[in-house]
Amino acid sequence: MQPFTLLRGAAAPLAIDNVDTDVIVRIERLTSLARGALGPWAFEALRFRADGSEDPDFVLNQPRWREAPILVAGRNFGCGSSREGAVWALLARGIRCVIAESFGDIFHANCFQNGVLPIRLAPPELARAHAACTAEGPWQVDLRTQRIALPDGTALPFEVDPLRREALLEGLDDIGRTLKLRGAVDAWQARDRAARPWAWPAAAAPQS
Amino acid sequence: MTAMTTASTTAPRTLFDKVWDAHVVQPLPDGWDLLHIDRHLLHDLSGTAGLRELAERGLPVRNPELAFATPDHAVSSAPGRTGQSFAGGVHLYQGLKLLTRGAGIRLFDLGQPGQGIVHVMGPELGIVQPGMTLICGDSHTCTNGALGAIAFGVGSSEVTHALASQTLVLRRPRTLRVHFDGLPGAGVGAKDLALAMIARLGASAGTGFAVEYAGEAVRAMEIEQRMTLCNLSIELGARIGMVAPDAKTEAYLRGRDFAPPEDRFAEATAYWRALPSDPGAVYAREARIDASAVAPTLTWGTSPEHAIAIDARIPDPADAADASQRQAWQGALDYMGLAAGAPLQGQRVDRVFIGSCTNSRLSDLREAATLLRGRRVASHVRAWVVPGSENVKRAAEREGLDRLFREAGFEWREPGCSMCVAANGEQAAPGERVVSTSNRNFVGRQGPGARTHLASPASAVAAALAGAIADPRSL
Repeated sequence: MQPFTLLRGAAAPLAIDNVDTDVIVRIERLTSLARGALGPWAFEALRFRADGSEDPDFVLNQPRWREAPILVAGRNFGCGSSREGAVWALLARGIRCVIAESFGDIFHANCFQNGVLPIRLAPPELARAHAACTAEGPWQVDLRTQRIALPDGTALPFEVDPLRREALLEGLDDIGRTLKLRGAVDAWQARDRAARPWAWPAAAAPQS
Repeated sequence: MTAMTTASTTAPRTLFDKVWDAHVVQPLPDGWDLLHIDRHLLHDLSGTAGLRELAERGLPVRNPELAFATPDHAVSSAPGRTGQSFAGGVHLYQGLKLLTRGAGIRLFDLGQPGQGIVHVMGPELGIVQPGMTLICGDSHTCTNGALGAIAFGVGSSEVTHALASQTLVLRRPRTLRVHFDGLPGAGVGAKDLALAMIARLGASAGTGFAVEYAGEAVRAMEIEQRMTLCNLSIELGARIGMVAPDAKTEAYLRGRDFAPPEDRFAEATAYWRALPSDPGAVYAREARIDASAVAPTLTWGTSPEHAIAIDARIPDPADAADASQRQAWQGALDYMGLAAGAPLQGQRVDRVFIGSCTNSRLSDLREAATLLRGRRVASHVRAWVVPGSENVKRAAEREGLDRLFREAGFEWREPGCSMCVAANGEQAAPGERVVSTSNRNFVGRQGPGARTHLASPASAVAAALAGAIADPRSL
């Protein structure tokens, strides 16, 4: 996982509530394409018109935001399906940070597994962020200081869970750390086998 | 006496708290917990991805006996299908077979009892039980909470994490209790109650919460209806939905393949009976819905919160609460090809889909078939029934339900997710209007440009017969 420390670039405004992960990436792309190849298919329902041509009105089709690494969204971004491919599609497009009023819980967790920073802002701050999307000059999202620097120099502080922040800064996922706690899992399971013997099925018979 | 002593010396706890507390392997800093996962369901999409990732990291599956796999997403539902019928899913299907075999994980293969939509399989085989934790790389895992378990969807990284460690690193969500007071009227089922709830509270009301459903209407529901209700928790924004176990839960589980065996059943039920919330247990939030006032409810737009009573008119963006909602409503009207203020009833329908982890169980099929008896699907409508599992399919065929569906003009298909998620190429054409018993009416969910109206099985039958959205109470 690529560490996240400081991100610099344009911020694209996508002021729509309840953007679901089906809209972020269609499931048929996930059955057929590798993670790194999903970029062109991010937001395809919004990016393309019925005849397959690009919709010039869609924000990510506009030249100034085509390469934007930051997305400024609305309420409940990433709701719906648990597909981690939604995060992979954003990453493959170069989007490393999504700012929203709130996120779907599963999408939010998936972001941290992939080096993408989801930032929650209260409505007044989010409104300022949206207004700043059209300003000239790059944004800076600094996870070390937990501040967003808008193009005019204004700083918007943000909260992020300490455990998640550390993992993002280091570029670490949970598995390695958890496997160090193997002994605690062994002990829990031994106790549980005694307490709830009915909850422990036998091993599966080998398949022919 | 022991239980009473315990209750008097500790703060009253909710069902959710009891199950969570019992599974904390180790508290971690800043309010995180390492939580044990008792059951893991794997399907051909996220299950295969998680197993592949684990293999790439060179890690073994820690507890293969706690994982249960079945192909459901990217397999065809066409009669006579095999794992090769949908070419785009062959690598996922083969991958699931190969990787589960290598790891010693039980796989319920196509054509075998047990195969089906993961969340139909889990309860049906007694894999999920009260007081357990269960995950799956699928957001509708909340369905399994109907049996009194903490069951939730995760992404494929967490699938991999759980396969490697049988745990997840989680922060305890807050609790929300939704009471359904009174009993619903005729023609109104769990699907209608759930859609009415989401319309009332909003599609993000449950974000960050574990929901417990309570009240007279929930107690009166059979287990399969409770699954329908819990299934839609994620459309309220909540990863977790639960119903406290009771005598119906015990009766449902008894004798199922992976339920506690008869010689341990009393021991298990004693444990289950201590799980319901203690009197005075505090929830972070409570909501009440008058179940007796809910009408058959369908969605008109592109979010599950865009749901209205069958006899209501489609909302006008001019009446929206704010600019954001106005924009969302207008976008939904445009996508759905509907006019503000028009009646929902009478909108011409092209396709009807009865299936999905929301409404594909035997009780759903019985209800639908009973309403059909002796009538014909409108000639312009293509109507499908996709049973939730091989066991559901066989049981329905034993009762002759397949014949009732076929005679009425429905296609009777093989179990899987099918058109709910359209991962297997089974989708509606652009502009087609679908009345669907599934769970998501998102833009493009059932195919690019497809227009989905979520509905109960009864409303789906009414639409199929009328060839247009219709009130099931008129049948």
